[in-house]
Parts: sequence; C-alpha cells; structure tokens
Amino acid sequence: MTEATRPGAALRVRPRRGRRGLHLLPAMTLAVMLGPVAAGLLGTLAPAFGILPAAGLVEPGLGAFRDLLGWPGLPRATLLSLWTGLAATAASLAIVTMIAACWQGTRTFAVVERLLSPLLSVPHAAAAFGIAFLIAPSGWVARVLSPWLTRWERPPDLLIVQDPAGLALIAGLIAKEVPFLMLMTIAALGQVEARRSVLVAQSLGYGRETAWLQVVLPRVYAQIRLPVYVVLAFSMTVVDVAVILGPNTPPTLSVQVVRWIGDPDLALRLRAAAGAVLQLALVVGALGLWRLGELAVAALGRRWVWSGRRGTSMRLVRPIAVAMAAGSGAAVLLGLAGLALWSVAGFWTYPDALPEGLTLRTWQRFAPALAETAAETGIIAAVATLAALVLTIGCLEAEHRYGLRMTRRAMWLLYLPLLVPQVAFLPGLQMLMLQAGASTGLDAVIAAHVVFVLPYVFLSLGDPFRAWDSRHGTVAHALGAGPDRVLWAVRLPMLLAPVLTAAAVGFAVSVGQYLPTLLIGGGRVQSLTTEAVALASGGDRRAIGAYALAQTAAALLPFALALAVPRLVFAQRRGLRHG
Amino acid sequence: MAEAGLRLDRLAILGAGGPMLRLDLIVAPGEVLSVMGPSGSGKSTLLAAIVGVLPPEFRLEGRVLLDGRDLTALPPERRHVGILFQDDLLFPHLSVAQNLAFGLARPPRGAERAAAVEAALDEFGLAGYGPRDPATLSGGQKARVALMRTLLSQPRALLLDEPFSGLDAELRAQVRGLVIERARARGLPVLMVTHDADDAAAASGPVVRIGSDARAG
Repeated sequence: MTEATRPGAALRVRPRRGRRGLHLLPAMTLAVMLGPVAAGLLGTLAPAFGILPAAGLVEPGLGAFRDLLGWPGLPRATLLSLWTGLAATAASLAIVTMIAACWQGTRTFAVVERLLSPLLSVPHAAAAFGIAFLIAPSGWVARVLSPWLTRWERPPDLLIVQDPAGLALIAGLIAKEVPFLMLMTIAALGQVEARRSVLVAQSLGYGRETAWLQVVLPRVYAQIRLPVYVVLAFSMTVVDVAVILGPNTPPTLSVQVVRWIGDPDLALRLRAAAGAVLQLALVVGALGLWRLGELAVAALGRRWVWSGRRGTSMRLVRPIAVAMAAGSGAAVLLGLAGLALWSVAGFWTYPDALPEGLTLRTWQRFAPALAETAAETGIIAAVATLAALVLTIGCLEAEHRYGLRMTRRAMWLLYLPLLVPQVAFLPGLQMLMLQAGASTGLDAVIAAHVVFVLPYVFLSLGDPFRAWDSRHGTVAHALGAGPDRVLWAVRLPMLLAPVLTAAAVGFAVSVGQYLPTLLIGGGRVQSLTTEAVALASGGDRRAIGAYALAQTAAALLPFALALAVPRLVFAQRRGLRHG
Repeated sequence: MAEAGLRLDRLAILGAGGPMLRLDLIVAPGEVLSVMGPSGSGKSTLLAAIVGVLPPEFRLEGRVLLDGRDLTALPPERRHVGILFQDDLLFPHLSVAQNLAFGLARPPRGAERAAAVEAALDEFGLAGYGPRDPATLSGGQKARVALMRTLLSQPRALLLDEPFSGLDAELRAQVRGLVIERARARGLPVLMVTHDADDAAAASGPVVRIGSDARAG
C-alpha cells in the first residue's frame, strides 16, 4: 500500500522538516558506488566482444576470446587463479573457525582480539613484501638457520617466493585474510549469544569445540557469508600481492591481464578485455562452487548433530589452532620488522642474520620522493574517506529519520564493489574514460577509491550508528532540538570514536589500493602502494623496505589517531570511555 | 475556549496486526494520570506517539491536543512535551552544566544562561556540580539533573516512562515524589506509564489500564 491510499496517512507522526534532499542520499550513494562498477563492466565487455569504437572496431565478434585461448599460458594461469583463491579462503576460514571454536571466551582469544587492528591495517603489499623478505632463500629465516643448520654459504637456488604452485601467494593471502575474517567473526559472535549456547550444549555433555561447531558456527557463518565471498573473490583476483609473491611464468590470470593492458599493442588490449571477462566468469563460478561446498558441509553438519556424538576429544586441536593463528600474525609482524631493518641496513652479507651497521642513508636518499608520494597518497585517501564518511552518515541518518531498513538485497549491493573483481571493471572504466576524453588524473583516482572505501566505511560505522540509544534523540527532541541539532550536537559527538575508527578504516583501504591508482591514474598518479609494487621486480631491498614501511605507516597512523583523539577530547567523560 | 491540559482525542495506535491501543482521555494541569499495563502492551509506544517519535511501523489515528493546540502534525521539538525515561539519559559527552544548557529554553540568552543554569543547580541542591562529568554522579543526582534539564526546557506537559525504575526502592520514592511535586507546582499535566502499582498509588491520580483484555481473552 502506498502512503496516499492508507487511511489516516496524513496523520503519520514524523518530523517533516530538515529533509533537504537527505532522503535522496541512499540512491545517490548507490550511484556513486555502483555507477563506476556498472560502467566499467560494460567498458570491459564491449572490447572483449570486439567492439572498440575508438579503434574503429564496431563489428561484434569472438576474435579476442580466440586470441586469448591461443595464449599457451591460459590453462595454467586460470588454474592458478582458482587454486590460490580457493585454497587461501578455505585455509583462512579454517584457521578462524578453529581459533574461535577452541578459544572463544578465554584470555588467548582476548589477545587475538587485541592484535587484530594493527594486523588488519597493514596494507596487503607491505605484508606481502615482509613475508617475501622472511621466506626467500636469502630471507631472514634462511639467514637465521645458515650456515650452521643448512650449510648454505650463499642463497640457495630455490624458488620459494614466486613458486610455480603459488604456495607463497597463498601464505601471504592467509596472513592478511585471517585477521579480516576474525574481525567479522567476532562481530557476528556478539549477535548470536554464542557463549550461552555453548554453555547449554556443554551442560548436555558436548565438548567445547564440538558445541561451538554445532550450535554457534551455523549462525556465525550466516553472518559472515558475504565477507567470506569477498575474501574468495579478492584472493582469486588480487594483483599487487600476486605480483610480489605469486608465480611469474605464467602469473595468475589477473596479473597477466594487467600486463596486457600495459601493452601498447591494440590486439593485446582486446585480449586483456577478454581475459578480464574470463576472470569475472571464474569468480562467479568459484562462488557457485563455494556455495555447493557450503551446502555439502551443512548436510554433513546436520548428520553430525543427529548422531549425538559428543566429541569430547578435540583438545588436540587447540595448540594447532594457536600455532596457525600465531604463525599468520607473526609472519606479518616479523615481515614488517624485516622491512624496517632493511630500510636502515648498512652492509649486510649472506648469511648474517643482522646487518653490520645501521644507517639512515636509504631514507635520506628517498626522502624527497617519499614525501611527495606520501602527500599524494594522503590527499587521495583523505578526500576519498571524507566523501565516503559524508555519504555513509547521510545514508544512516536518512535511514534513521525516515524509518528505512537496510534489506538483504541492499547489503549485497553494498558488498558488490568488493565482490566484482577489480581487474574485471577497472580496465573498462579506464578505457571508457579515455574514449570520453575525461582526465585520468587525481580526481578520477579519488572517485575510483570512493567505490572501495565506501563499503568498508559503511560496514564499520553502520552497527555502532544503529546501536545508538535513540532515546537520547527522543529526549533531545523533547527538549526542543530539531533533527539536525540532534545529529550534530548529540549523536555524532557521542559516536566520535566509531566515526573516527570508520575514517581510519577508510583511509587504510585507500592507502592499500593498487589497481585503481595504477589504471585510473593513467600512470600519472603515484601512491606509496604503486611505487612500492613497482619496485618489486627491481630487487632493491632497501628501497622496498623504505616504501613498504612508509605505506604501512600511512595506513597505521590514522588508527592511532582514532584511538587517541576520543581519549583526549573525552578525557573527563567516563560514560564514553569504554567502546 | 482552549481546553487546558493534555488530551488524547480518540487516539488509536495501529500496528501491522491491527489496533494495539485505543485511548480517549484528558489529563488536567497538575494531575498525574497513570497508564498501567504489562510489558508489551504498548505503553512506551503510546509515549512515543505523544512525543512525536512513533516508529514508522505504527500508524496513528485521532489527535493529541495540548492546551487546545493540536500536536499531531508537529515535529517533536515543537511540541513542548518533556519526557523522562527509566534511565537518566544524560548526554555522556557533555558536562552537567552543558546538559542543562542543552535543555534550557531561549531566552535567556548570553551570560544569563550561565546564571539560569547555576540557579537551577542551586535549587536542586547540586550547587557546584556544573563542571562535573555526569557519569561520576550518584543515581539520585543523575535523576535530579535529568528532571532539571527537562523542566528548564519549559515543557507544557510531562511524560514519565517507568520513571527511575533503575533506582533502589527508597531513592525511587524520593525522586518520584520530587518529580510529581515539581510538575504539580508548575501545573503540568503528567502522564506516567508504569507496571508498578506503587508508582500509580504515589501519583494519587486516575489510573488507566491497557492491554489487560488481550491477556484475559
């Protein structure tokens, strides 16, 4: 029924002032977020099917796909994409599940929670470099073990990093995706009364882990399903991590597509478009496969529940779970330490575990270039985050004022830019912009960053914004404050901490972006991430250390501010200190 | 001539499943009317409707009149209906004085506002508490600040939602007495929803029961 046809609709009690277009904001936000995705997909599909008006190609055809099929590396690149994505996702999910099942509610779990934020904010590229520095034949692990254990006097000729099976790539992805899934799981655990359910099951004779897997996991998984899909889509198609840790001959499909895009040869650009379409199809197929896996696991789970087996003997899993989680966390943190050390290392011969001396020469050498790049990175991230924050708060406030509810479908739309592989629509967007004669400068890069920053800012702020006790608003209204005053003078100040945290998340997401800056910037916009990844093939470890560390600092600093500022502002306000 | 007091004129609140509440009554100035009913009978929804923040899943029929003025279409901030909840709901990011200033109507303006806030603190026995963090006050002090904040906004009616049921019995009786006394002194019509017979008895006003027939039938 529409409002007009409802009896008594005119008497609906609702504040009608302060509309001023706020009710249009959710639609506008969707357009800002999904417009580039849709346009980019079209811009990829057209040349894949032979249509590229700029080059005089208007006859649709399958030539690009035939050309793609003729590339000898295709089967292997395709398999690599599938294998690394599925393996990294399954392993990350398994580790997170084990940790939560074995340790939820214990002190160990509290430690895991505290380590999450710093681990999460480390950019993917920096984490990947750090891990490469650890596990390479000339890396830290080999140095510590040499020569007394390995008898290596020089780096062995082993392909550990960039191994053809993609194992290093999978390890790098796991190290970054475990913290992400862990965060999502912890958020979900709060909503399902996990501890009481486990307690009930334990009182019925079930072991803690069995209880968790049978009564908590199904509900938690329903909550984290979309984030898991994001991890799968991301892991299959990531470019920067795959350039650093992934195999080379051939690389994963997405890396190869980006290589073709960079080629001036027109035929290769068409092949790139076809490759991007194939990559999209692969992701859709993998998501379908994963869904089938979910159904199979659920069926097995139901049989397990029906059997009534108590399974009290899962104690053995506990140390394994801790070892896996600690390993993935340590890989990132030790990797960062390695990057830091290389950036100040003087003369450092193999197999010494430490350099002979420390020097600031690397930093001095790169300081001018670093400062310039860091400033550009900061501007992009700050503007993109601010835009995302304004749109998010506007949407949430519109939701609050007009009693809108976020539907399941809207949730999917929010996740869509994270599910559609970047490599599938950014090249199309770039080509469209070139054809339209649009600038591929800073503003275009910022707009592209907003597409990815917005979902994370929204997901980060949505829950705390909605959880705000709206009776505070009722009281303020009753005291004579209009909706805008309630928002600015009561709601936002009370939510200062989560607003700043959401901003920090957005900033970190923007700092970590690689493809949007590379492709939409048209090579004229440099960020710390694009510069760091560009160094990957050169092998100057000191330069890589400096750039990757600067990139990490740029992502980490806002989190420190988001923690510190509310503590300073509200130092005298005990009611706001927890949370 | 305008009729003084808070009038619910053939008020009906309709949920998705049909009418959940029908009331037709008047609360005279200085009178405390208690609405009693079990939890889930729509007591808080009734107050939300009178304040003007009825959730969109409900629909309202009839009118709410205050001193003859039809409030039904007005936004909450222009209704001059004060509300106190069972929690004090002092704004945690503001000091005690800032909370009071938030409520204080205009005029007074400028420097006079500080004087008005001081005077109010004095009157309620909280002189010198202005700069304090509300989280550091005792339960009784918080309740007094919440009442003060509401009265400073010059309401023309007062709604009480299970007032101060978070306080222990003795303190609760004290605060309740204070609220009712102040409201009477200003000639405010007071509508209190509660599930506690003590509250209703203390108010020594008319009692309306809701939601009981649904239970009996």
